[in-house]
Amino acid sequence: MEEAIKSPLLRLEKRGSNSLKPVYVWMIRLGSILFALLLGSIAILLAGSDPIEAYGTMLKGAVGTAEFRQQTVKKAVPLLGCALAIAPCFKMRFWNIGAEGQITAGALAATFVVRLLASKFEGNTPSLPLLLMMALAAMLLGGLWALIPGFFKARWNTNETLFTLMMNYIIIGVVAWLQAGPWEARQGRIAQFPRLAWLPKVEGVHCGWIIVLVLVFLVHIYMRHSKQGYEIAVIGDSLRTAQYAGMHVGRIMMRTMFLSGAISGLVGFMLCSGATNTLSKDIAGGVGFTSITVAWLSQLNAFAMVAISLLLGVLTKGADTLQTVMNVPAAISDIIIGLLLFCMLGCEFFINYRLILRKKPGKGGTVK
Amino acid sequence: MEKNCYAIELKGITKHFGPVLANDSIDLGLQRGEILALLGENGSGKTTLMNMLSGIYLPDAGEILADGHPISIRSPKDAFAHGIGMIHQHYKLVNVFTAAENIVLGMEQEKKLDIKQTNARVREICQRYGFEIDPEKKVYDMSVSEKQTLEIVKVLYRGAEILILDEPTAVLTPQETDRLFAVLRNMRSDNKAIVIITHKLNEVMAISDKVAVLRKGKYIGTIPTAETNPQALTDMMVGRAVSLNIDRPWNDQQTERLLVRDLSCYDHEHVKKLDGVSFTAMGGEILGVAGIAGSGQKELLEAIAGLCPIAGGSILYKSPAGGQEELVGMSPMQIRKKGISLAFIPEDRLGMGLVGSMGMTGNMMLRSWRKGSGPFVKRKEPKALANKVLQDLEVVTPGIEFPVRKLSGGNVQKVLVGREIASSPSVLMTAYAVRGLDINTSYTIYNLMTEQKMKGAAVIFVGEDLDVLLELCDRILVLCGGKLSGIVDARRATKEEIGLLMTSVGGKEEA
Repeated sequence: MEEAIKSPLLRLEKRGSNSLKPVYVWMIRLGSILFALLLGSIAILLAGSDPIEAYGTMLKGAVGTAEFRQQTVKKAVPLLGCALAIAPCFKMRFWNIGAEGQITAGALAATFVVRLLASKFEGNTPSLPLLLMMALAAMLLGGLWALIPGFFKARWNTNETLFTLMMNYIIIGVVAWLQAGPWEARQGRIAQFPRLAWLPKVEGVHCGWIIVLVLVFLVHIYMRHSKQGYEIAVIGDSLRTAQYAGMHVGRIMMRTMFLSGAISGLVGFMLCSGATNTLSKDIAGGVGFTSITVAWLSQLNAFAMVAISLLLGVLTKGADTLQTVMNVPAAISDIIIGLLLFCMLGCEFFINYRLILRKKPGKGGTVK
Repeated sequence: MEKNCYAIELKGITKHFGPVLANDSIDLGLQRGEILALLGENGSGKTTLMNMLSGIYLPDAGEILADGHPISIRSPKDAFAHGIGMIHQHYKLVNVFTAAENIVLGMEQEKKLDIKQTNARVREICQRYGFEIDPEKKVYDMSVSEKQTLEIVKVLYRGAEILILDEPTAVLTPQETDRLFAVLRNMRSDNKAIVIITHKLNEVMAISDKVAVLRKGKYIGTIPTAETNPQALTDMMVGRAVSLNIDRPWNDQQTERLLVRDLSCYDHEHVKKLDGVSFTAMGGEILGVAGIAGSGQKELLEAIAGLCPIAGGSILYKSPAGGQEELVGMSPMQIRKKGISLAFIPEDRLGMGLVGSMGMTGNMMLRSWRKGSGPFVKRKEPKALANKVLQDLEVVTPGIEFPVRKLSGGNVQKVLVGREIASSPSVLMTAYAVRGLDINTSYTIYNLMTEQKMKGAAVIFVGEDLDVLLELCDRILVLCGGKLSGIVDARRATKEEIGLLMTSVGGKEEA
C-alpha cells in the first residue's frame, strides 16, 4: 500500500506571477552557454583535440586581431539587420520565414540598378546617388516579395509559414537562372560591381554596420512607441481583440510584411554591395534562417539582438578559424553552434517552469 | 459493508499550483445512495478537488480511501478502476462519432468491437435510469443537453459507482435541469454515490442530501441540506454575511435608443445564426437577453457592434441628443468616428475585449490609441484612466503595467468593465458579464450596470442565470435558435415561462 501512494519522481510546475528574479534568469542563460560549451568539448575530444585549446583558438580567431574582429562584425551585421526585419512580423505572430528570399530579392533589385545605371556614373569611388538608388530598389523589391504572402494571408488566410518558405525557392531560382543565363559573366558567375557601387568602409567594415545600428533604435521606437507598433502588438496577442478595437487587421498585416521585407531587402543590398560586391544565388547564405534564432533568443528585444548577433558572429568566425588552424572538421564547429542554440533556447524552459522532485515527508526538494 | 464506511473518503488532501494553494488539507466523505453538493465560489477549489478524484491531478499530500482502504489514483484509468466517473463542464466527445462509438472509445476490448451489443447495453442503461438517448445518433446532431446525457451514460457504461458532475446545469434550461435531477434521483435510488459541483444555491436545495462548502481552497464544513437555507450557505461560502438582493430602481426617463428590425446574420460557415430579430432597446433600462447557449446572443451583440456581417435588417441608433444613424454596414471604427458611444463587454474577455500580454495602461489604450496626431501613441491619458479604474473598481494587481492575463478572472473583468463604462456609453452591451466571478465582484458588476441604466444608457445584458436576469433586468428578450421567441416583463415573468420560450419560439411546446 505504501508504495502505491507515491507521487511521480519528477514534476513540472509553471512559474506563475512569482517569476524568477532577473538576476537568476540571466544566471540560467549564462549557465546554459557554459553547459553547451561543456557538451561541445565532448565532441572536440571525440575528434581528438584538446577542448580548452580549441575554444581558445575559436576566441582568438574571432576577436584576436583587428582583422578578425572586422570579419566577425561582418558576419554579425546581416544577422542583426535581418533579425530586426522579422521582429515586427513575429510580434504580430505572422511567421515570416521568408527573410532569406526577401534578402535575395533585395540583392537582385540592387544588382539590377547597378547593371542598368552604373555606366551613367563616372569615377572610381562609391557614388552616393547610385548607392541610394540601389538601396531604394532593394527595399522596394524585398518589400513586395514579402507583401505577396502578406496579401494572401490577409485576403484568404493562407498559411504564411509555407507561403513565405516557398517564396524563398522561387527568388533563389530566379537568381540562379540569371547567374547562369542572361547575367552570366564567366563560369556561371555574375560580374563584380564597379567600385562606385561598393558600400564605403568605415573602420575596416562596410558601413552597413552603422545602418543596422541606426535601425536598432528605429525598430525599437517603432515597436514600443508608435501607433503602428501598438497595432502590431494587439494583433499578435489576439486577432479578435484587434477587430474589436476597430483595427483593419488585413491592412496592418500587409503593411507590416512590406516593412519587414523592405528591411530584409536592405540587408540584401548591404550583402551584395558591401560584402560580396556581386550577386549570387547564395547571397543570403542562411542569414534569413539564422536570424530567426537571433530574434527568438533576444525575445524580439532590439538591443538584445545586438548582443546575440555578435555572439553568433563570434561563433561562426571562431569555428572557421578552428577548422583551418586545428584541422578540426567543419562538422564539429557546426555541432558546437547547434549545441549552443539548443541550450540557449532550452534554458527558457527552466525560466518558465520549475522542476519538483518527489517530496520526502515533510520536506520539499526543488531544483533550479 | 459497514454503515460508517464511506464509498470515497478524502483525508487532508492538499494541492498547490505554484504559489497558489488550491486545496488546503481537505477532508470529505461520500456515501452510497447519497447526493452531495460541493458548493463554493469560483476559484474555491471544487473542480481541483474532484479532478484529483478522477485522476487528472495528483494530490501533493493527503490520502484517498475507497471503502476504507487507501488507494492511489494516478490516471483517469485508475479512477475508472475504482468506479469513479467524472462528467466535466466541457464535454469530451468526438463530434463525428455516434453516441455508442463515443461510449466505447478508449475502452480496452477483449475481442472485436460489437457495436450492436454496445447499442443494446446503452439502451438498457437508459431505460434503467430514464435517459433519452439514441446510441446511433452522431454527436454533431445532438443538443447540449443530449451531449451531457451521453457523458453520463458513458461513465455509467464503464461501471461507475461514484459520479462527479461539474456544474451540470450551467448550460441547461430549467426544464432540462428538472429532467437531469430526476435522473440523478433514480441513480441515487440505485445506490450510486453522486457529487454535484455547483455554485447555484437553489439547485443545492433542490437536489442534494448533504452540502460540503469550500472557501478559498479551505474546507468549511458539511451539513445536511434539510438543516440549512440559501442565506446560511452563502454566508459559509463567502465567509461573512452578504445581501443577496439586487437593487432594481426604475428610471422613468426612458427613451428609444436602438431600433432593431428584422436583423439576420450568418456565421463563418454560412449557418444562419440570427433570423429576423426585431426589438427596441430603451435608454434607461436593462434589457436582459436569455436563451440556450448559442441561440444567437453572441451574434446579436456583435452585429450591433459592427463585428458580425449582417445579412439583412436594420439597426437604427437614436442619439440622446437627437438625430439618428443606421448602424448596419458600419465598421467599429466608423461607429466610433460618428461619435456613437457604444460599449461592448464581450464574452471572451482576454481573447476579444483585452490584450492579455499588456498591462492596464495598454488595455485602456485599446479605445484611444488613434487619438492625437503624429505617429506615436500617447500614454498619459490612458495611464490616468488606468489609475482611476484601479481605484474606483478596486482592481487587485501588482501594478498598472502588470500583464492583465495574469490577473484573476474578477480583476480581468473589472479592467474591461472599467474601460468600457469610462467612455460614458449611450449603449452598453455585456455578454455573460459575471461568468466565473465571485459573489462580491458579481454584485459590483450588477451595481455598475444599474448605475449606467440610471444615467440613461441602454444596457443590454446577455445572461445565463435566469434568477439573476429576473432580478436585475427591466425586460427580458428570449432567443431560441436565432429567432426572437418573446420579450417579457422581468418584474412579472417566471422562470418557467422563460424556460419555455428558450426551447420553443413563442413558448409553444413542439409536437
